[in-house]
Amino acid sequence: MSTSDSVSELVPRAEFPLLAAHPELHYLDSAATSQKPRAVLDAMDAYYRNDNANPHRGAYKLSVAATDRYHEARERVAQFVGLKDASALIFTRGTTEGLNLVASSWGRAHVHAGDEIVVTAMGHHADFIPWQQLALEKGAHFRIAELTADGRIDVDHLASLLCPRTRVVALPHVSNALGTVNPVRELAALVRERSDALVVCDGAQGAPHLPVEFERLGVDFYAFSGHKLLGPMGIGVLLGRRGLLEAMSPYQFGGDMIEWVHDDRSTWNVLPHKFEAGTPNVAGAVGLAAAVDYLDRIGMTRVLEHERALVRLVTARLSEIEGVTVHGPTPEQRSGVVSFSLADVHPHDLATILDERDVCVRAGHHCAQPLMRRLGVSATTRASFYVYSEPADVDALTDGVEAARRLFAGAV
Amino acid sequence: MSARPASDDAQLTAIYQELILDHYRRPRNKGPAPDAPNVRTAECRNPLCGDEVTLALVLDADGRVADARFTGRGCSISQASASMLTEAVRGKTREEAEALVERFSALMRGDPDAADDPSLGELRALSGVSRFPARVRCATLAWSALAELL
Repeated sequence: MSTSDSVSELVPRAEFPLLAAHPELHYLDSAATSQKPRAVLDAMDAYYRNDNANPHRGAYKLSVAATDRYHEARERVAQFVGLKDASALIFTRGTTEGLNLVASSWGRAHVHAGDEIVVTAMGHHADFIPWQQLALEKGAHFRIAELTADGRIDVDHLASLLCPRTRVVALPHVSNALGTVNPVRELAALVRERSDALVVCDGAQGAPHLPVEFERLGVDFYAFSGHKLLGPMGIGVLLGRRGLLEAMSPYQFGGDMIEWVHDDRSTWNVLPHKFEAGTPNVAGAVGLAAAVDYLDRIGMTRVLEHERALVRLVTARLSEIEGVTVHGPTPEQRSGVVSFSLADVHPHDLATILDERDVCVRAGHHCAQPLMRRLGVSATTRASFYVYSEPADVDALTDGVEAARRLFAGAV
Repeated sequence: MSARPASDDAQLTAIYQELILDHYRRPRNKGPAPDAPNVRTAECRNPLCGDEVTLALVLDADGRVADARFTGRGCSISQASASMLTEAVRGKTREEAEALVERFSALMRGDPDAADDPSLGELRALSGVSRFPARVRCATLAWSALAELL
């Protein structure tokens, strides 16, 4: 059995002001949003104190400084995810906007009646509904790749859905509800073998938790959010193949994204600006760049190893509690997410009992209702780990689950 | 986040009282709508957590609640609250039931008078829920259905 001693601290909690201010807190909802290291807060503060102006309007030195910070942030984040050409990195509000951008801009132009769109049964609603709605709008066929009993994409079923009319395959890098890490490279290769479809990858739970080399993943688009990756809310990233982005129409219209505006027509700015209408979130980009600096200093391989060690520990502990079912595959096939059910105790009751012990978990459908239906549950309880998580968090969680079990069994 | 009192199991039992757990384990008046000519039903859902309650009410000729049943699924708070509602509302006139809905709503707002109000009877066991804003919606689900039917 795994013991707490086998997992060591990765980074000090003291580097995270919120966690330092609340030593009693066991924050196990990092898959929803991460806490922020001081380095990120400081970088954003410094931007607003020293360099704040509207970028790309460079008539004065301060605006040039803001433009430089924004540009440097883009280069830095592109480097983090192995993208050589930073102009193919679009800053968005988050993963949801990135995926909607692709479905709306590329999808509307290239998906037609009778075409096929393939998603997975583990997709987050943001990785599911944009394609469902596009299919409804266009009269395309919407196919759902089913899962294996242990919560992985059923590769044979996915393969059986692919055909020459498949235009898009949308899949998550990592399932937000189960933590399953999908073999994206292999799946993308399979899609290429059987169709000319684009592969659009929801990286919301990927980039924050494991090493990502966009150019080696073999996908066409990859979207993720800053706030799940130690960065601020309201900033995200869409990575795309340059040729595709060049050929696509803008997603939104407004300032910054235009070249010339005539009375009767307009032409568009170059990448990445074509997809960044309006004043950009410079402070968000600066904070995100500081977050990837922080993660690179740790090393993403170590981040993943740390989360897996905690997942092994919590899985072993939970399986000793009567009535607990852990959903999804083995710890070796997951990131730092554990989704489970406790006999007759509803996840919301469990979450309230855990909250009384200052353990923060997510209870609900995790924006993955199609997946919940397939698991045969209306909701699960999800604990998710990150760089600041420690064995004491696992202890608090499993003690709370055991207390809930006893309370509902009438033994208290 | 504001500081909170140290957590202990005494606080826990403040929300998960035995009476609530008992109604959750052995719900009263749970079942399909009775086969009566003047039965009416209302369904309420909480899309956030998937809790659902369908309440069936039979009013007699004098406007009195002759029967109340529910079906549903969800957390202990939503289901126990529905079960307790069906017992509390039976035999009440429409006006009395409306007053009960109002008193229960006060209880969920954390009104200390409501927590001591004998007219709420067993329902006072749910008073602890008012300290958990995220759970008040669970407790009021069946009551929204009742308000719709009155």
